[in-house]
Amino acid sequence: MISAILIFLGLAVLFGLLLGYAAVKFRVEAPPVVEEVDKILPQIQCGQCGYPGCKPYAEAVANGEAINKCTPGGEAVMLKIAEILGVEPQPMENEEEKESTRKVAFIHEQDCIGCMHCIKACPVDAIVGTTKAVHTVLINECTGCELCVPVCPTDCIEMRPAPETPRSWIWPDPETVLPTTIPKLDAPRP
Amino acid sequence: MESYFLILISTVLVNNFVLVKFLGLCPFMGVSKKTDAALGMGLATTFVLTLSAVLSYLIYTYLLAPFDLAYLKTIAFIIAIAAVVGFTEMAIHKTSPALYQVLGIYLPLITTNCAVLGVALLNVGEQNNLIESAFYGLGASLGFTLVLVAFAAMRERIAVADVPRPFQGAPVALITAGLMSLAFMGFSGLVK
Repeated sequence: MISAILIFLGLAVLFGLLLGYAAVKFRVEAPPVVEEVDKILPQIQCGQCGYPGCKPYAEAVANGEAINKCTPGGEAVMLKIAEILGVEPQPMENEEEKESTRKVAFIHEQDCIGCMHCIKACPVDAIVGTTKAVHTVLINECTGCELCVPVCPTDCIEMRPAPETPRSWIWPDPETVLPTTIPKLDAPRP
Repeated sequence: MESYFLILISTVLVNNFVLVKFLGLCPFMGVSKKTDAALGMGLATTFVLTLSAVLSYLIYTYLLAPFDLAYLKTIAFIIAIAAVVGFTEMAIHKTSPALYQVLGIYLPLITTNCAVLGVALLNVGEQNNLIESAFYGLGASLGFTLVLVAFAAMRERIAVADVPRPFQGAPVALITAGLMSLAFMGFSGLVK
């Protein structure tokens, strides 16, 4: 019993001295900006920014990484980092907006004057029509490049999510379906 | 000399820690998205594992065993491993910033790599002597590095392959790991 306590005390003191000595002997001065940014970050090491922890993210920020990647810190942390580094605040990334659906051009035909500008701008010949005739978009050909939007003189082209076809439809992600398909306990069983 | 060679073959191929003993699966799945990161993690683990295998052998033989404290070996080994990892990280940070850039962030993760503790405990269980312990640790970490890099190379290929949507990401990685494990079972034929 006593020997166990003594031995572990000895081990702890030995390793403590070793690490304390190493901390002094191998001290590396980090750039002050990194230290300051590191102080502001939440220090929960969650890794949601894509870096293994808060310190690596602070170093990356000092080297020019985007400052809006700390989800737990939110806008408050982002604004403080922007102040320290003297850069423009960057809006926080929004989860919903990242969801990318294929978009295709859509022409409001009542506004189209048949000027041919969008047809010339389209790199994949996805717009059909002729002079002074209403144009329309071939949805299957459109790549969603948006080159036709700025050239339209009547602003009648907008980008809309592509309609789902049997070819483009895919099974929904199980993670998004699962919570709704689990039957409730009190629901009647078939 | 022959026995040391046998220990190396045994730990690298036949009793591979990751694919046969299923130790160290966390970094195996976590740090295997890129080959260079996997190599960095493997090298850092090799260093720490060999060192901690020797250190834990010394602690067990000269501190714990003479006082009948074998039941405290797990906690003693964890202290030793954590200290070695902490010391290694600081030393590398100071002496070689380039190497620290490559492995630095993976070093703290090694503390929780159960293969490191597994090697220390198995060394005691198999009653290896000092040199055998060192070779056992070296072989275990070389085997870890080997499968980690091979797995990362495969995952890099899979990342650009046309994987069916329900299998993308983790599922196909787990299936790949399972197939690798099956393949490594073939090495059990090396020993009679």
